[in-house]
Amino acid sequence: MTLKTEKGKLTFDSQKADEGLKIALGKSRADIIGEVTASSLKGRGGAGFPTGVKWNLAAAARSDQKFVVCNADEGEPGTFKDRVILSDYADLVFEGMTIAGLAIGADKGLMYLRAEYTYLLPQLEQTLEKRRTAKLLGKDIGGKGGFNFDIEIRLGSGAYVCGEETALIESLEGNRGEPRNRPPFPVDTGFNGRPTTVNNVETLAWVPCIMTRGADWFKSVGTDKSKGFKLLSVSGDCGKPGVYEFPLGITIAKLLEHVGGAGAKAVQVGGASGNCVPAGEFGRTIAFEDVSTGGSVMVFGPQRDMLDIAENFLEFFVEESCGQCTPCREGNRKLLDGVRMLKTGTCSTAYLRELVSLGETMQLAAKCGLGQSSPNAFISIVKNFKDEIMGRTPASV
Amino acid sequence: MLVTDREKLREEVEALAEKYGHDRSALIPILQAIQKRYFCISEFAMQVVADTLGIHPVEVNSVVSFYSFLDTKPKGQFVIRLCQTISCMMKGTDRVARQLENDLGIKFGETTPDGKFTLEWANCLGMCDQGPAMLVNDRVYTEVTPESVHDILEECRKTFSPTAFQTRQEDIV
Repeated sequence: MTLKTEKGKLTFDSQKADEGLKIALGKSRADIIGEVTASSLKGRGGAGFPTGVKWNLAAAARSDQKFVVCNADEGEPGTFKDRVILSDYADLVFEGMTIAGLAIGADKGLMYLRAEYTYLLPQLEQTLEKRRTAKLLGKDIGGKGGFNFDIEIRLGSGAYVCGEETALIESLEGNRGEPRNRPPFPVDTGFNGRPTTVNNVETLAWVPCIMTRGADWFKSVGTDKSKGFKLLSVSGDCGKPGVYEFPLGITIAKLLEHVGGAGAKAVQVGGASGNCVPAGEFGRTIAFEDVSTGGSVMVFGPQRDMLDIAENFLEFFVEESCGQCTPCREGNRKLLDGVRMLKTGTCSTAYLRELVSLGETMQLAAKCGLGQSSPNAFISIVKNFKDEIMGRTPASV
Repeated sequence: MLVTDREKLREEVEALAEKYGHDRSALIPILQAIQKRYFCISEFAMQVVADTLGIHPVEVNSVVSFYSFLDTKPKGQFVIRLCQTISCMMKGTDRVARQLENDLGIKFGETTPDGKFTLEWANCLGMCDQGPAMLVNDRVYTEVTPESVHDILEECRKTFSPTAFQTRQEDIV
């Protein structure tokens, strides 16, 4: 299978193997975390929590055992950058996990790989085996007495919600993947009740690069609140879909220029749980403080029906809601019904307003990130495409 | 289920528990292995797993029913999962779906009478730049066309069951 990456153009291509780990082994735990904190690296899975802060909390927690978990449950519609990283740069991810283990004082790492990526398992296991032989995993790594660390890969079983970190931990523990209430956070009560850091694949891959090139290098690009580079998975109506690396803060217009997406009507940034940006707002930037994404960018050409898109996303959430909390379980059904009413031209303005208000309630009242972000696409499509979605006549359905 | 089959299953689950451990966190890896071996997790298998791990069978059932890759009803030897996410849909998934139904003679959610194929929808497979995408067991096919459906099905028919999975052969006890 071909990987339509900009191969050779990613920072990861020029990163020297295991150099980051060597540098980290020469540093104190506090210095490693200090460097990551100084780089302002934020979680690349989409939530954008500062990685250094997370590691610091886990490092400070007292326990006989700690865990490093790599969240490889990439399930957000339109996201495939982790698939590319795991295919082509798996060593970098394992190196990042090892550095995380060193930093927080964990001796065990777990990678939670989504079931859909089972075909990657043999090559990932092989990579781990090579690292064990090279003494980059196992006992006394790098000759540093006392630092033992190994990694085990666990497979998911086809549940999008398990990308949420507490649901992921539940799944690792052998339970239904239902998100927990937070606090307590995984950094003090994680896998098997032990302090656990859960980091995205891409986040961990950036760590060795930061160790080698320094926090200042990473901080030198991006915006005030969003530092560094980001891998974007671009799909949909564009000439060159694939994985691209850009500094955060790039405008949607510039991105479209790069991927051959001229003439797009809208761009969905952040997958099904993200926002739909209309052509008039293509000057907006991809950054945590503007339109944020875990990597998903879907381009919609002028021929696309925005209600088809809203319907597809809501069908997704109705199916993937874990069903634990009412706002998400019932709310998404109501929104989906509403979209179908709009499609048949039977939705009153008052009811449409009710639906938007329901969506806003879900954003506040749902238990986890899935439920809170599930109405985003619907709300942004209603807001930006009123002239297209209202008052449809059956002939145009 | 024959008594000898039951005994065999017990031994298999015990062997899996030896491998993955007897604590709760071994539950899903054990269930995944049973699913792969028997194309479903029967009520009896859930009872055996529960006994082995010292938990209530209802706990096992609640886990099996949660995950879309674990099933209580038998699936075909080849589970075809076609991506229904918008990026793939925009590249013509509908027509691939129709051709799959035509060539297999079943609808989505059904299994062929010979127990070979199950046809299902799946959510984003992470192949959005190469849609339409589908999984056959753990094998991924991209840029599938209505025309290529026949060849893919034939390829499956030629590679019979145990080799249908590329990975973790050692799980099949």
